[in-house]
Amino acid sequence: MKNSSTREPGDGEHAALDRLAREDGDSRAQFLKMAGAGAAGALAIFVAACGGDDEPSGGGEPSGGEPSGGDKPSGSKGSQGDIDIVNYALTLEFLEADFYQQVLDSGEVTGPPAEVAMLIAETEQAHVEALMATVTDLGGTPVEAPQTNFEDVLAGGQEMILQTAATVENLGAAAYLGQAGNIESMDVLAAALSIHSIEARHAAVLNQVVGKPIVPDGAFAKPATMEEVLMAVKPFIKA
Amino acid sequence: MSTKNMATPALANIEVQGITRESFIMRGAIAAGSVYGLSTVGPFVKQAVAQEGGGDVDILNFALTLEFLEAGFYTMALKNVDGLSGMTKQLATTLRDNENEHVDALTATIKDLGGTPVKAPGVDFGMAFASEDSFLETAQTFEDLGVGAYNGAGPMIESTDVLAAAGSIVQIEGRHAGVIRLVRGEPIEESPFDKGLAMEEVLAAAKPFIKG
Repeated sequence: MKNSSTREPGDGEHAALDRLAREDGDSRAQFLKMAGAGAAGALAIFVAACGGDDEPSGGGEPSGGEPSGGDKPSGSKGSQGDIDIVNYALTLEFLEADFYQQVLDSGEVTGPPAEVAMLIAETEQAHVEALMATVTDLGGTPVEAPQTNFEDVLAGGQEMILQTAATVENLGAAAYLGQAGNIESMDVLAAALSIHSIEARHAAVLNQVVGKPIVPDGAFAKPATMEEVLMAVKPFIKA
Repeated sequence: MSTKNMATPALANIEVQGITRESFIMRGAIAAGSVYGLSTVGPFVKQAVAQEGGGDVDILNFALTLEFLEAGFYTMALKNVDGLSGMTKQLATTLRDNENEHVDALTATIKDLGGTPVKAPGVDFGMAFASEDSFLETAQTFEDLGVGAYNGAGPMIESTDVLAAAGSIVQIEGRHAGVIRLVRGEPIEESPFDKGLAMEEVLAAAKPFIKG
């Protein structure tokens, strides 16, 4: 029943990944161009995320199957698709954690917004650590932290910093939402969801602080694809 | 539904307690018995046991019940709380409108899947409307609960379409929760991870507000 809509790798939003994975695809060429030659850290991870086509990813969630918790013994590898998604999320969390650390170090943000920034900084660092450990547990290699470029933002003072924070958090929330349907493991999905709604809290709080709508897309949040996210974070990655 | 990669130590503090879809629904149904009464739960259990891809309907009905509670809560708050400040009134209006849209969307989705949407529960919000503070405090409870409920149910959803819909809703609940906490001067999150709650935990927390 409804094969087209059950959670299987390769359908739904996974199509974007598949499209990028095709060696000869225009989108891949465009994608690499977009990433820019200098954005080495991000490029490596996105190439890894897009090029994992050498082995078919695992079986997805068997629709209506019996519980069979023992089919993957402890310490077994996760699917390449999940590893790539977690590494993608990790890159974004690295970016966020680094941003807040620089913001706090700069002393540019003061008063109540500084308290919010401090809490968010701790949270993003916790996300980084959890995602790094998750990649390792899944049998993958965590990506390196990207070299970031927030100099212009920091030079812009508190207003620009908070505006940028809002942008990054709204993007992060959309990025997690965009991957939910592509995740195969229930555990990884649970972890991603548990981070997704935290990013949502940050996004709305920062929107409120800078005077933007707390639910900019109305009652239903919109997802973002990897391409959209990469394009949006490109200015913050050092060339 | 099997759970893959069950033993990933890094996920120990954020995973869904190793629950399967079956145990999630059955435990929830048993807990629901204490909330809604056995006559309501009978068909629910039957449906859960007989599920053939229909499990998503049960999860959606669970979500719908919560959204009914939330929508009703904000609707009544706007009528009953004396002296709401301008900002709180505006916030409550946005939240009410969002929750009503969630109710409508979930109702339509359940019908699309061939299910029957649950009816709105009778509600009793106690002293929540006594003041702006008590209203906001209860609102925080509801929004945090909504986040936990969706996050707990999410991994059990079979259809990617339904998962996408649930994801787009839980992000809104998370946004509500964060802003209410900000307004109240509370930490915007209790932990770096919004743990998923089991259905029984959610129902136990919602029980005081359900009349009957």
